[in-house]
Amino acid sequence: MVRKKSLPFWGEALFASESNSRGHRESKMKERIHKFEQGGYFVLLDVNSGAVHVVDEMVYAMMDIFDGENDEAVIAALTGRYDAAELREALGELHELIKAGELFAPDIDVPPTFAQKGLVKSLCLMVAQDCNLRCKYCFGDGGGYGMERAVMREEVGRRAVDFLIEGSGPRRHCEIDFFGGEPLLNMKTVKAVTAYARARERETGKKFKLTLTTNGMLLNDANIAWLNENDFSLVLSLDGRKETNDAARPDVGGHGTYDRVVRNFHRCVASRKGGNFDYRGVYTYLRGTYTHNNMDFTKDVLAMHDAGFDILSVEPVVMKDSPLGFTEADLPRIAEEYDRLTEAYLARRREGRGFFFFHFNMDLSNGPCVAKRLSGCGAGHEYLAVAENGDLYPCHQFVGRARYKLGNLYDGVTNEELPQYFRESHVLNKETCRNCWARFFCSGGCHANADLFHGDIRKPYEVGCEIQKKRLECAILVQACIALDKMDRK
Amino acid sequence: MKHIRTVNKPSMQRTAKTGGCGECQASCQSACKTSCTVGNQVCEKA
Repeated sequence: MVRKKSLPFWGEALFASESNSRGHRESKMKERIHKFEQGGYFVLLDVNSGAVHVVDEMVYAMMDIFDGENDEAVIAALTGRYDAAELREALGELHELIKAGELFAPDIDVPPTFAQKGLVKSLCLMVAQDCNLRCKYCFGDGGGYGMERAVMREEVGRRAVDFLIEGSGPRRHCEIDFFGGEPLLNMKTVKAVTAYARARERETGKKFKLTLTTNGMLLNDANIAWLNENDFSLVLSLDGRKETNDAARPDVGGHGTYDRVVRNFHRCVASRKGGNFDYRGVYTYLRGTYTHNNMDFTKDVLAMHDAGFDILSVEPVVMKDSPLGFTEADLPRIAEEYDRLTEAYLARRREGRGFFFFHFNMDLSNGPCVAKRLSGCGAGHEYLAVAENGDLYPCHQFVGRARYKLGNLYDGVTNEELPQYFRESHVLNKETCRNCWARFFCSGGCHANADLFHGDIRKPYEVGCEIQKKRLECAILVQACIALDKMDRK
Repeated sequence: MKHIRTVNKPSMQRTAKTGGCGECQASCQSACKTSCTVGNQVCEKA
């Protein structure tokens, strides 16, 4: 105050300007980093480079103040709590990181390649809009998606393959996901589409990656053998413990399904052992959903591991106005559970009996490029869903939401504005995402969930965001611990 | 370094200029498939 009073009028303006400028810089630099403490580790993420640093407690405290240029302010604020020489030494290390582009890396803009129109490279075929289960949290209305239950005709599926070939242009790698409802209810079309896709692969030079998501009820030996022969990646649905699964995933008659499907899953996974389980190869995931009824979901993850499965994924349910769904009040409990899962994951890994958990498998060095991080799931422009009748939607979750219908396989995408809107609905164009530290990991969250809660794909579902951020912190910590273990062994 | 251990060699700034070939796997983010977070995807060229 004294200094301000002693300044001439022009000096006061200058001082205010400098002060604003300093404040602006501080907040700008703060947006470029994210730090968190978990499991006794202090982790610092440089948002725009993706660099992850494990720091000591002193550097962790320094990062509340340090903006790249204010060394003396850091020393003034923390001398007394820490040794000044130690602080100066750490500042030197921080400046080294800045020089290497691993701290306060510059903001990233939309890459030029992303300005182009999207090419459809992935289709989700709703081969059966019908199901033999009645899961309590089903977003597809028991398979029908709000429409009459029906299965996709072979001819519609074959047309989808042609549509994908035409839409993917020069892209070589394409994907077809057989989905439902329960796709194994319509093996006739699954087989016909597969045969056609493989034939068209040979003619066009395309490479189709095929995946199928199943509840396992019809996963008999004949189906398993056929899926293996045809290089299918599989997503097998199971919710963990028997009691969790049977409460959430009953059959049409209301009976538990755990014993029946686990028997099938064991046979299926055993038949694929020794194969290539790499992401880019053929994978077999067991995936589950947790709800408000099992916020102790670490037990479900570990139950699946204990049951003999080691490639796992468990995710939060997304439901509006349902006792199974989550609210903000649940977030502390969920965060606590992810900490527990992280500890269990690392403990089993260090004991030499680790397992894969989908959301912890993060490649911190060779992750996706910025264009991919912006496009995210690609729904609506790179990835479309084909309803059983050939109608096109931005993704499987939008099937049946009339205002999101894009066209059909025969007339093509007739709503030309919507795909572009989806393409441009990336993190840098969403107000709440633009400055979020997680923007290059989550890509702005699920459009369908945003639409469900806000009727606008550019307004993310907040509870989902908070869960996502906690899960990302856990994933970063897991990968940091794995890297540190390797470094210490050398 | 004594106070800081960097655990990765990040590639994001580089790929802001060079990426975007689009050959990578699509990634569903919803809670019904093997959803992700693109952060846990890998680049086809890596």
